[in-house]
Amino acid sequence: MAVVKLQRPKLNFGEKIYFGALIKGFFLTMTHALKSLRGKSAGADTLASSGLGVTMQFPEQRWDSHMPEYYRGAPALVTDEQGRERCVSCQLCEFICPPKAIKIKPAEIPSGDKWAKVEKRPLEFDIDMIRCIYCGMCEEVCPEQAIYLRKDYLITGLKRADMVHDKKKLYEIGGVRVGLVNKWNELK
Amino acid sequence: MPDLLFQLAIIITKIVILTFIVVLPLVPLSVYFERRFSAVIQDRVGPNRVGIPLTLFGFKKDFHFFGLIQPIADGLKLFLKEDFTPAHVRKVFYWMAPALTVVPALITVCVVPFGSPLSIFGHTEKLVIADIDIGPLFVFSVASLSVYGITLAGWSSNSKFPFIGGVRSTAQMISYEIALGLSIIPVLMFYGDLNLSTIVQYQADHGWLLLPLWGHDADHTLVNKLLFLFPGIIAFLIFTISIFAETNRMPFDLPECETELVGGYHTEYSSMKFAMFFMGEYAAMVIGSALIVTLFLGGWSIGFGIDAWVANLHIGDFYFGGLIHMGCFLTKLIAFILFFILVRWTVPRFRYDQLMKLGWVVFFEAALINVFLAALIIAAPQLEAVIIGIGAVLLIVVTGAVIWVAKVSEDMPKVLRA
Repeated sequence: MAVVKLQRPKLNFGEKIYFGALIKGFFLTMTHALKSLRGKSAGADTLASSGLGVTMQFPEQRWDSHMPEYYRGAPALVTDEQGRERCVSCQLCEFICPPKAIKIKPAEIPSGDKWAKVEKRPLEFDIDMIRCIYCGMCEEVCPEQAIYLRKDYLITGLKRADMVHDKKKLYEIGGVRVGLVNKWNELK
Repeated sequence: MPDLLFQLAIIITKIVILTFIVVLPLVPLSVYFERRFSAVIQDRVGPNRVGIPLTLFGFKKDFHFFGLIQPIADGLKLFLKEDFTPAHVRKVFYWMAPALTVVPALITVCVVPFGSPLSIFGHTEKLVIADIDIGPLFVFSVASLSVYGITLAGWSSNSKFPFIGGVRSTAQMISYEIALGLSIIPVLMFYGDLNLSTIVQYQADHGWLLLPLWGHDADHTLVNKLLFLFPGIIAFLIFTISIFAETNRMPFDLPECETELVGGYHTEYSSMKFAMFFMGEYAAMVIGSALIVTLFLGGWSIGFGIDAWVANLHIGDFYFGGLIHMGCFLTKLIAFILFFILVRWTVPRFRYDQLMKLGWVVFFEAALINVFLAALIIAAPQLEAVIIGIGAVLLIVVTGAVIWVAKVSEDMPKVLRA
């Protein structure tokens, strides 16, 4: 391999004495400081800053309105427009779930029920939010389009049990989702 | 006997108030400033939440105080952490080292004049713990002891990175102490006194060293003072930069040097022992700023010739001007601490050989020449023109020679190639 001889750049007197660069540095940092105190830092408006630097101050200010369409938050179960729970407890999401966060206990729908022809529904549906990695695979794999990743991101709890979303909680987050799958509707 | 007791009581009161109520809180305060100021420089917010959590007690709103309580929370956290002593350390020195960095920094507080004398019921008391006649020398001699703390910490940790940190800091502090000591000789020659209280009183009467705009008379003419500004500014620069090096602050914080040495000399320390190194560093910074403010920027003096008027303010027998002066001193001190912080977040760290070169080749020589320059300027009014001329020529020749030697020594030897 050829030897490449690099010439160090020759510094002139001003550069050698170093003070000019120092003063330039002070100006740079001080302009940043003054700008961020006045809330005029570069990018402060697009990032919806709190008026100090470019930072948004969380509990008071939230990014919610800026959240993109494809944001993946907490997974939740949905009902359709007729109040039927969409999940038929096929357990595909349970099997696909990479961190094994989902636990489903299937149950048959009794014959007297309005939706008896659906045959199955989850008796229990737990998602351990400590395990969940918000990958969205459950949503992708669901044949009934019953599980969706919503935009909820503030999943907190004081103990482990608080962090397990049970069926009730999941439907509470999910709510009603209209359209898309009409397989089980009377109309069809 | 009651008189002696009275004196003792006054001394203890001064120690308690000036060291533990005035200076020590400045340490966490400067940590807070460091975090907030650096945040603002980097377009962030910084700690602004920790306050009094009134909502816990059922009130509507918390008091944040701009996060001023943050340092207390930090300290509490460090107290509650596990104080771990690794098995491979030299226990005695390992335990001694943190104390050895904090104590010298706090001892030096005792010669710093905080304000003009307070007077009550005809009893006048200077706002300085020990009004001794060797002020700066005392500060240097005690402050240089803190190098033992760092060195011992590095050595007793008995592991590689702390050891390198300790060695680095030893070399660095010893090198810069020379520049530090030499750089203030011109200043002390100018004042003709080593007592810091007298020095500040002089500056209050005849103008600060770097701002001599008032109090001119036959002995202290404006021309003389302006002429002395030249060596004064050189001394100020060398002294300030050397203080940065002495306190291991940013452009010279090679003993800690997170990127190279993990944590430097305090790698093996945890909990409150680590916090003591931190405190020692910040206390040294506070004292360094206090010394710079005292020597160059007029100490407690408000300036513009109103100090005498302020010192005479009184309600009945209580002359409270000293307290105003103390406020002025603390303002200057905090401003200088902010400058320290600004430098930390502006200037990148030096390479070690650059640091040594700066200390030995640039500052040492510059400080030496500055002594002669200052001597010439101080003596000039009493000398004849010829002698001044000869002195100036000699000075220029010596300066040229020094610069030439420095330049020649910089030339790299030719690389021998096979």
